[in-house]
Amino acid sequence: MSVSNLLENWSQFRHTHPVDDKPHDPYKWAMSIDLDACVGCNACSVACYAENNLPVVGKEKYAHGMAMHWMRIEHYWDEKLGEEGGSEFPDQGAQFLPMMCQQCEAAPCETVCPVGATNHTADGLNSQIYNRCVGSRYCQANCPFKVRYFNWYDYPTTDNVWPAEMNQQLNPDVTVRGKGVMEKCTFCVQRLNAAKVTAKSEGRIVHEGEVQTACQQACPTSAISFGNLIDPESRVHKQWRAQQVELDKDKQSKDEKEGGTNLRGYRILEDMRPYPSVMYLERVRESAI
Amino acid sequence: MKDIREDIAWAKINQDVLKSLENPRKLYWVILFVAIAMVGVAVGCEIYQYNTGMGVSNKNNSHVWGLYIATFIFWIGMSHSGTLLSAILHLMHADWRKPIYRFAEAMTTFSLMTAGLFVAVHLGRVWQIYYALPYPNERGLWPNFQSPLLWDAMAIFTYLSSSILFLYVGMIPDLAICRDRMHGGWRKKLYTLLSLGWEGTDRQWRNFRVTYLTIACFLIPLAVSVHSIVASDFAMSQQPGWHVTSFPPYFVAGALYSGCAAIITLFIILRYVFRFEEYMTLPILKKIVRLTFAISMVWTYLNAVEFASVWYSHDQASKDVLIQKAVGTYAPFWWAMIICGSIVPLTLAFKRFQTNIPVLFAVSLLLNLGMWLERWMIVAPTFSHGIYPWTWDHDQWPSVVQWGMVFGSFGWFTLLFMLFCKIFPSVSMYEVKEMVYHRSQATKKLEATGKMATAGKGAH
Repeated sequence: MSVSNLLENWSQFRHTHPVDDKPHDPYKWAMSIDLDACVGCNACSVACYAENNLPVVGKEKYAHGMAMHWMRIEHYWDEKLGEEGGSEFPDQGAQFLPMMCQQCEAAPCETVCPVGATNHTADGLNSQIYNRCVGSRYCQANCPFKVRYFNWYDYPTTDNVWPAEMNQQLNPDVTVRGKGVMEKCTFCVQRLNAAKVTAKSEGRIVHEGEVQTACQQACPTSAISFGNLIDPESRVHKQWRAQQVELDKDKQSKDEKEGGTNLRGYRILEDMRPYPSVMYLERVRESAI
Repeated sequence: MKDIREDIAWAKINQDVLKSLENPRKLYWVILFVAIAMVGVAVGCEIYQYNTGMGVSNKNNSHVWGLYIATFIFWIGMSHSGTLLSAILHLMHADWRKPIYRFAEAMTTFSLMTAGLFVAVHLGRVWQIYYALPYPNERGLWPNFQSPLLWDAMAIFTYLSSSILFLYVGMIPDLAICRDRMHGGWRKKLYTLLSLGWEGTDRQWRNFRVTYLTIACFLIPLAVSVHSIVASDFAMSQQPGWHVTSFPPYFVAGALYSGCAAIITLFIILRYVFRFEEYMTLPILKKIVRLTFAISMVWTYLNAVEFASVWYSHDQASKDVLIQKAVGTYAPFWWAMIICGSIVPLTLAFKRFQTNIPVLFAVSLLLNLGMWLERWMIVAPTFSHGIYPWTWDHDQWPSVVQWGMVFGSFGWFTLLFMLFCKIFPSVSMYEVKEMVYHRSQATKKLEATGKMATAGKGAH
C-alpha cells in the first residue's frame, strides 16, 4: 500500500483515449456484428446465459426490468405497433440489435466507480471485479448503452433460478455472483484466458479462430465476428479495415465524405466518445438508401 | 422594530435559556417516542433490504438510483443552513443571527449524519463500505480518486468533522454557564468535561474569538465545495439532464434554500416550545424570511438557466429529458416542485406574511417539500428517458421500503435534534448578551445625540 503504487501503476488501468499512451499489444479484443445476417433468433443470448452462469430471474422480475441478459437482442420496429392503419406482419419492419458491453476504450463506467471495481485490461477489455464491487451502481448510471446488470437479489439462493439439476450445467470457469454486485459481458474472458494459457505454453500468441465467444459460437448465421483487432490475419481486423472504421476516432473519415459511402460499418453512440470495441454492419437495405 | 430589547439582564438571559434544559414535559416524550418509532420503521426496512437484496427497493436495470440518492442530496442540502447562518453571516457581522445560529448549526450536524446513512443504505453491499476508504491492504489498493462518489465521501467526512468542531467550540462559553448553574448529577459532570475549564478570562475570550473566526473561514469554502461535489455526481456524468455545468451552483443555491426554510420551521417550533419570544424575535424572523425569499429567487433563476441552456443546446437527448419531466410519468411531481419552489415563496415577498407564524410554518414546510421533489426529479427522469431508446417507456416507482427509509430519516433527525435541545442550550447565551450589549450601546449613542432610537438594524 504505497503512494508509489498510486503514482506509477494508476495509468495502467486508466485510459482517456485509446492507443495514445499505451497501445494494446499483442491483443486488442474486438467484435463486429453483421445486422444483415442477424435474424433475431436469440441463440447468442441463450449461449451467454449458459456460458456465464447468468441467473434466469423469472417472468415477473424480467417484466420489471431486472433481467440479467449480458447479451440482449433489442427489437426495433419501423412503425408504432398496434396503431390504426398500420402494416401487418411481416411488413412492420422488425430490426434486431444484439447489444452487449461495448468494452469501450474510454469507458464512462470506469472513471466513476468509487472503489475502482471496473478497469481496463492490457488486452483491451473493460474488466469488472466482482469482489471489489460495493454496489453503488454509478457505472450503470453513467453507461450510455445501459449494458450493465445489477444483482438485485441473491440469485444463487433464490428458488427456480437454477432448479435442481440445472445447477449442474453451471460453468466452473466462471463465478456465480451474489447480491449487490454489478456484472456485464466480459467477451468470455474465461475462454480468452484459457486460450492464452495454451498459447503461452506453446510459446506463441493466440491465433485467429482459436478462441470464440459463446455468442459467436452459437450464432447460426455467423453474424458475430470476434478476434484480435491487432492481428492483420483476423476476420475482425479485415472487417474493420474494409469498413474504414478506426478504434481511436470519434468520427470516422468515411462519414465526412461528400455523398456518403456504401460502407455499412458503424459504432453506436460514437460521438459520445467512449470508443467502443464493437462495430455493427447495418443492414444492406439501409445502406442502399 | 428592534431585533432585540436592549434592557434584558444577563441573568435573565441565562435563566430563560437554561429553563429549556429542564426536565421535559409529557409531550416531549410522546414526540420522542414517535421519532424513535419512525427510526424503527427505517431500521426494519434496511434489515429487510440488507437480507433480501436491493431489489426490494423496486429499482431496476435502467433506474439504478432512486430515493436514497435523492434524499441523501436533500439532507446534505439541509446542512447548509448552519454554515450559512453561523459562518457566512458571522463574517458579514450580521448581529441578527446571534440568537438563532446555535440550533441552525445543530441542524447542520444532524443533517450530515442523516445524509451519511443514506450513502450506506444505497450501496448493494453495505458491509464492504470501507472499500471506499484508503485503508492499508495487502493488495495495495486505493479507492478510485477519479470518481465523484469518492470525492463525496471525502468531502462529507471533512464537512461533518468540521461542523461538529464548529458547533462544539462555539458552545464552550455556554457549556461553562451550564456547568456553573447545574447542581450535580450527570449533567454537571458532562458540562464540566465539555467546557474544558472555561473561566471567561480576557485571554481565553481573545483566543476563543480567533479560533471561532478561523473555523468559520475554513467552513465556508467547505460548504460550497461539499455541495458542488455532490452536484458533480451528476454533472461529471454523461447523462442527459445531468451533464449540466450549472449544477454545482444550482445545487448550492438549492441547499441554502432548503437550509433557510428549515431554519424558519425550527425557529417557529423552538420559539413556541421554549418561549424564546424575547430572543427569537419577529424582526429576526422577518430577516430570515427575506433571506429565504432572496435565495428562492436565485434558485428559480438557476433553474431557468438550466432550462435555457438545454433549449439552446443541440443536445436532443437533453431536450427530450426536459420535455419528459414536464409531460411524462413524473410530471405531477415536477410541476409540484416548480410550484413549491418558485411560486409558493412569492408569499414571502408580502410584508403581511413575513411575520405571520402559521403562514410561515406552512410555507417553510412546502418549500422543503419542493426541494425534496427537486432532488428526486433530478434523479428519476434521466433514467426514464435517457440516451438509449431501448430503456424508454418503462415506469418505475419507489417501493414501500424506499419510502420507509425516507420517512424514518426524518424521525432520526428529529430524535437527534430533540436530544440536543434538552441537553445543550439551543440559544447562544453569550452571543445574545453581546447582541443586547451592542443594542444598548447603540441606543445610548442615539439618545446622547438627541435623536430618538428609531428602527435599528443589528447595531455594531
